[in-house]
Amino acid sequence: MQTELITINMGPHHPSTHGVFRMRVTLDGEIVREVEPMFGYLHRGLEKLAEGRTYTQIIPFTDRLDYVSSMAQNFGYCLAVEKLAGIQVPERAEYIRVIVCEMQRIVNHLIAVGFLINDLGALQTPLQYMWREREKLVDLFEMLCGQRFTYNYMRIGGVSQDLPPEFLPALRKFLDDFPGYYAEFEELLKGNEIIVSRTVGTGILPRQQAINASASGPVLRASGVDWDLRRDDPYSIYDRFKFDVPVGTRGDNWDRYRVRMEEMMQSYRIIKQAIEEIPEGPIRAKVPNLLRPPKGDVYAHIEAPKGELGFYLVSDGSIAPYRWHVRAPAFINLTALRDMVIGGKIADLIVTFGSIDICLAEVDR
Amino acid sequence: MIHLPECGVETFSSWGRDPLESGWAIENFWAHWGLFGVGILVFVLTIVMGFIWFERRFIAPMQLRIGPNRTGPFGLLQPVADAVKVMLKEDIVPAAADKVVHFLAPILIFVPVVLMFAVIPVQKGVGLIPDLNVGVLFLVAVGSIETIAVFMAGWGSNNKYSVLAAMRSVAQMVSYEMPMAFAVLAVILVSGSLSVQQIVVEQSIPFALLLPLSFIFYFICALAELQRTPFDLLEAESEIIAGYHTEYSGMKFAMFYLAEYGGAIAQSAIITTLFLSGWKGPFLWPGLWFIIKVFAVFGVIVWMRAAWPRVRIDQLMGFAWKYMLPLSLINLFVVAIETIFWDPVQWWLVPVNIAIAVGLLSGWAGMFKLRGGAQVESQG
Repeated sequence: MQTELITINMGPHHPSTHGVFRMRVTLDGEIVREVEPMFGYLHRGLEKLAEGRTYTQIIPFTDRLDYVSSMAQNFGYCLAVEKLAGIQVPERAEYIRVIVCEMQRIVNHLIAVGFLINDLGALQTPLQYMWREREKLVDLFEMLCGQRFTYNYMRIGGVSQDLPPEFLPALRKFLDDFPGYYAEFEELLKGNEIIVSRTVGTGILPRQQAINASASGPVLRASGVDWDLRRDDPYSIYDRFKFDVPVGTRGDNWDRYRVRMEEMMQSYRIIKQAIEEIPEGPIRAKVPNLLRPPKGDVYAHIEAPKGELGFYLVSDGSIAPYRWHVRAPAFINLTALRDMVIGGKIADLIVTFGSIDICLAEVDR
Repeated sequence: MIHLPECGVETFSSWGRDPLESGWAIENFWAHWGLFGVGILVFVLTIVMGFIWFERRFIAPMQLRIGPNRTGPFGLLQPVADAVKVMLKEDIVPAAADKVVHFLAPILIFVPVVLMFAVIPVQKGVGLIPDLNVGVLFLVAVGSIETIAVFMAGWGSNNKYSVLAAMRSVAQMVSYEMPMAFAVLAVILVSGSLSVQQIVVEQSIPFALLLPLSFIFYFICALAELQRTPFDLLEAESEIIAGYHTEYSGMKFAMFYLAEYGGAIAQSAIITTLFLSGWKGPFLWPGLWFIIKVFAVFGVIVWMRAAWPRVRIDQLMGFAWKYMLPLSLINLFVVAIETIFWDPVQWWLVPVNIAIAVGLLSGWAGMFKLRGGAQVESQG
C-alpha cells in the first residue's frame, strides 16, 4: 500500500502549545517522524531593550521573562547585579527572598502539572483544583507587593517592601492546609490508570542525552541526574535549610510529573523552616539610586522552578549594562524536545511538550 | 425460550399495528406516525437542551466553578442563548473543501441519531415503533452510520487535523462496534427477543445486575461511540484542535453539537432500556422513570468527563481488540450456557454473574498491559 507522510504546522495557533510556539510535525499516520520546533513569535527584544535601561529599571523586564514564576526571575537578576557590584544583602531580605521563591516554585509546579494533565485530556478538573491552591498563593503575593502577576518585588540589595504584619499568619494558615490539598491531588492523579499508562515510558529523555542537551531543573532530575543548584552550588541562604532533591529514574513523562509533585513538598519544607527562622531587621542594603557597578562581567545562576536560570551581565561602568543575557531554562530544555518525541504518537508529542513546562515568554524573550 | 422474530410480509404490517393495540396511541396510522415523528424531534431537541444545561451545571461544581447562572433561572436559558448565537454565526466553507461532502456531513450525522429514537419505548407502547421485531438490530445498524458522517466531515473539510480525526473515527468506531454487538447479543439471549419493548418487559431483574459484564462493556463501547472521555480522541482538543468539525461554523457546527448530545441521549436511552429495565420503577409515572434513568446514565458519563484524561490511540485499539473482544466472547458463551440450563432471569444468578464478571475482568487485566513501550514499539 502506498502511504504518504503528512506535514502539519502545529501552532502558533494551537490549543496546547502553551503560547505561540510552532512545531512543524511530519506524521506517518499517528506516528511522529520529524519535529521541527520554531521559536520567535513572542520575541520582544528584551535583551537589547535592557541595554538602554538602568539596573533597577531592568527588574520589570525579568518579570516578563517567565511570567509564571516572576519572583524567581527577579531573584536571579538581583543576585547577578549584587554579585557584580559586591552588595551585601540584609539577613531578613534573604529570608523573604527564599520564602517568596519557594512559594513561586509551588505556584509554577501547580500550573505545570495542571496543564500537563489538561494536555492529557482531563478537561479542566485537575487544573481547576491546582488553580485553587495557586490562587491562595497569588493572594499572598498580592498582600506582599500589591500585584498578582509580574510582581516587580525584589530590588537590588533587598526587597521593595517588608512583609506586612498579616502576611506570616496567612502564610502559616496556607501551609497548614497545603498537605491536605496535596494529598487530594495525589489521590486524584497518582493512581489513575489512564494517567499512568499515558505517561510511563513515553517521551523518554535518557540520562546522557539530558546532560548533553544541558537540560536543567525538573527535566534533568527526572532523567536521573541528581543536580540541584540550591544544594550543589548554594546561593543566598539555601545552605541553611534541610530539603531533599527528588530524582527520577527513567526520564519519562511520569518521572517529570512526579519530580514536580515531590518538589512542591520540598518547597513546603523550606518555607516552613524559613518562617521559623526569619529575623527582624532591615530589608534593603544601601544602594545608590543610579547604580554604577565596576567594569567587568558576571554570571549568576539560581534554581528557578523551570531549571537553571542564569543571568550574564557585562558592565562598562555606566548606569546601564553593556550586555544583558538570560540563560532561559525553558529554552534550553526545549531543545531536547525532538529527541524525546520522534517515533512516538502524536498524543505523546503533546504530553511530552507539556511535561517540559515551557513559558514562551522566556523562550523567545 | 428464544422466540425467533416472525419474518416475512407480516413484519411491515405489524409496524403500525402494535402501538395501536397497546391502547395508548391514536387509531389512525398516519396520525400516529405524524404525532410520534414530530414528538420525537421535539423530545430530542428539548432533552438536548436539557442535557447541555445539565452537563454544564453538573460538571461545574466538580471543577470548582458555578456554571452558567446568568440567563434565566439557574441558567436554564443558556442553551437557548447558545442556539441563538450559533444560528447568527456566519457559515464558512473552506475554499478547498469538497463542498458536497462538507455540506452533507452535518445532516448525515444528525439523521441516525433521530432515527434511533424510533424504536425506543418511553413507556410500554409509547414510541414510534417500540415493538419493532428487529429493534435491537435496527439500533446497532443505524448507530454505525455515524462513522460515515464523521469520516465525510473529516475528509470533506480538507484539513489535516480533520483527516487525522477521520482516520481515528473509523478505527475507533469500527473496533468498538464488535464488543458492543456481543454485549447486546447476551441481552437478546436472555430476553429471547429482538424487540426493544419486549426486552424491557422481560427485565424483572435489571440486566445491569443480571449481565454485569455486558452492561460494563456496552457502557464502555457507548462512550467510544459517543466520543466522550476517555475515548474523545476524535475531538481531542489538546491534540487535533476540534477534530473532524474543526472547519465547521454556524449552524453546521450546531448540527454536530446537536448530534453529539442527541447521540448521548440515544445511548443513555439504549442503556436504560437494555440494562436498567427502561420505564419500570415504583411510585412514579413510567415515562418519568425513563427520563430520570436517562439523566442518571448521562450524569455518570459527565462525571467521567470531569475526572479522567484521554487514552492514546494504540491503547484505545488494544483495549478493544485484546481486552474487550475476548472477554465479551467469553461472556456470551457463559450467558448462552446459562440460558440453556436455567431460566436466566433468576435472582441467584445475579451474585454468580457478578462474581464471574469480577473474576474475568481482574483476571484478564493481569495479563493485559497498556503501559509504556509505545515509542520503542513503533520504531521497530
